[in-house]
Amino acid sequence: MRRFALIALPYAWLLALFLVPFIIVLKISLSDIDLAIPPYTPTLDVSEGWAGIKAFFRALDFENFVFLTTDDLYWKAYISSLKIAFIATLLTLLVGYPIAYGMANAPDHWRPTLMMLVILPFWTSFLIRVYSWMGILSTEGYLNQFLLSLGLISEPLTILNTPTAVYIGIVYTYLPFMILPIYSALERMDGSLLEAAEDLGCSRLKAFWLITIPLSKTGIIAGCFLVFIPTIGEFVIPSLLGGSQTLMIGKVLWEEFFNNRDWPVAGAVAVVLLLILIIPIVLFQRNEQKQRELEG
Amino acid sequence: MRRLTWFNVTSLSLGFAFLYLPMLILITYSFNSSKLVTVWAGFSTKWYGELLQNEAFLDAAWVTVQVAVVSSSIATVLGTMAALVLVRAGRFPGRTLFSGMVYAPLVMPEVITGLSLLLLFIGIGLDRGIFTIILAHTTFSMCFVSVVVSSRLVTFDESLEEAALDLGCSSFQAFRLVTLPIVAPAVISGWLLAFTLSLDDLVIASFTAGPSSTTLPIKIWSAVRLGVSPEINALSTIMIAIVAVGVITASLVTKRASLRQQADERAAVHA
Repeated sequence: MRRFALIALPYAWLLALFLVPFIIVLKISLSDIDLAIPPYTPTLDVSEGWAGIKAFFRALDFENFVFLTTDDLYWKAYISSLKIAFIATLLTLLVGYPIAYGMANAPDHWRPTLMMLVILPFWTSFLIRVYSWMGILSTEGYLNQFLLSLGLISEPLTILNTPTAVYIGIVYTYLPFMILPIYSALERMDGSLLEAAEDLGCSRLKAFWLITIPLSKTGIIAGCFLVFIPTIGEFVIPSLLGGSQTLMIGKVLWEEFFNNRDWPVAGAVAVVLLLILIIPIVLFQRNEQKQRELEG
Repeated sequence: MRRLTWFNVTSLSLGFAFLYLPMLILITYSFNSSKLVTVWAGFSTKWYGELLQNEAFLDAAWVTVQVAVVSSSIATVLGTMAALVLVRAGRFPGRTLFSGMVYAPLVMPEVITGLSLLLLFIGIGLDRGIFTIILAHTTFSMCFVSVVVSSRLVTFDESLEEAALDLGCSSFQAFRLVTLPIVAPAVISGWLLAFTLSLDDLVIASFTAGPSSTTLPIKIWSAVRLGVSPEINALSTIMIAIVAVGVITASLVTKRASLRQQADERAAVHA
């Protein structure tokens, strides 16, 4: 009985507030837009019994999904989100790996402090961390002031409201997610392997390439997915730093819903986004499982 | 073979400079007396004063704290239960669906979670306000709590609980006296995580909040859309300070606890 209650309570909560809402999104994505409140038809009228249910299912169609393919805004936004997420993940890896590597090579008594310094930004408000770059990157911002005063540039660079600013924002906010898994993989590594390689005549660079990189592979893969997956649906960074030039699907969904009030199309955008995300999520879980098997 | 080469030192210094400089600049310029945020005009704390008089911000902060406290507490209970189910309950019908529902919100884009919950609330005719934000935040943060707690439960030696049962504890007593103290650190960090996620959330709150229940991130969002402002810099500084103090205190406390535990263990060995 107690076991039943233990299972039933969280189960019921997740069914009601996670699964059911998602089924509603699916349903609305198959409905038609209407000038009513709520702004879509059909709504399921249970009071009419079986006839109501039949009428409800007859009115559903894939019109909104067809619409997504005809207006090139949507598929451009999906492609551009994937592209931005991909490039940003590579950049985060390039920035994050040397930091994780440095941490793993630091003296033991430094490591807890270094670890805390990496985690601390993660607890600070995401919105504030993105916002802090607005003042740095704007035309009259601190970065331009600095570069102008050094005489490196003669007129201010335009960085804010371009894709470059979005990349900077993503690398900055998601860096801890990249550093931590790579660091934990590097920390577990047996240092004597490198000594052996060097004794056998490997150069340091070659030993790094042949031993350190393969042994930190699971960390690299985990870090890349932890950055790539959430970045695809990112909304705050492209909205604050990307301006109108940067097209990302999270922003399109938001605008479709709040500005255009086209709920059925917003629903369809969400369903397709989720279908796209399934592939990296499944690959990520497979990587995690492989790692667990290696450890266990 | 640990070697701190010049390369490591450089990458660590540049890396941490990259992580911390933007926030340091933000904090510095929150003490700027000029309204023009990019021009330094002398030290002043006037933006903090103005912030304390801005009732809209104070109201929003109060709503945010209420939502965060309530939602993270419910989420901790539900998330711990979910973790117990995942690690301990064995097989039961619908287990795959259950674990799927626990892990899916972790990777679900916030725009989709927010959109779907809003459509549910409208569908069942629930007026949007503090209550609906709490429901939404509880749902996604319970999944984070459950991941944190189950990672601790997996390493937990079940024979300890069996020993307590053999020694005459009821199963509830065994849970309270043996299991709970051992998983407590994970439950507490789960609560802290849920609390921070709730304080921080803009997207899901924007979908599920009503006109009378604006949270601080929503308020900040509408202000920063118009550009950088010294008041927001001051507000950000306060928030960064609270988090920094919290995280540093927490890490010192856990460090002390682990030192004490080590000392106890050594004493036990020598006794």
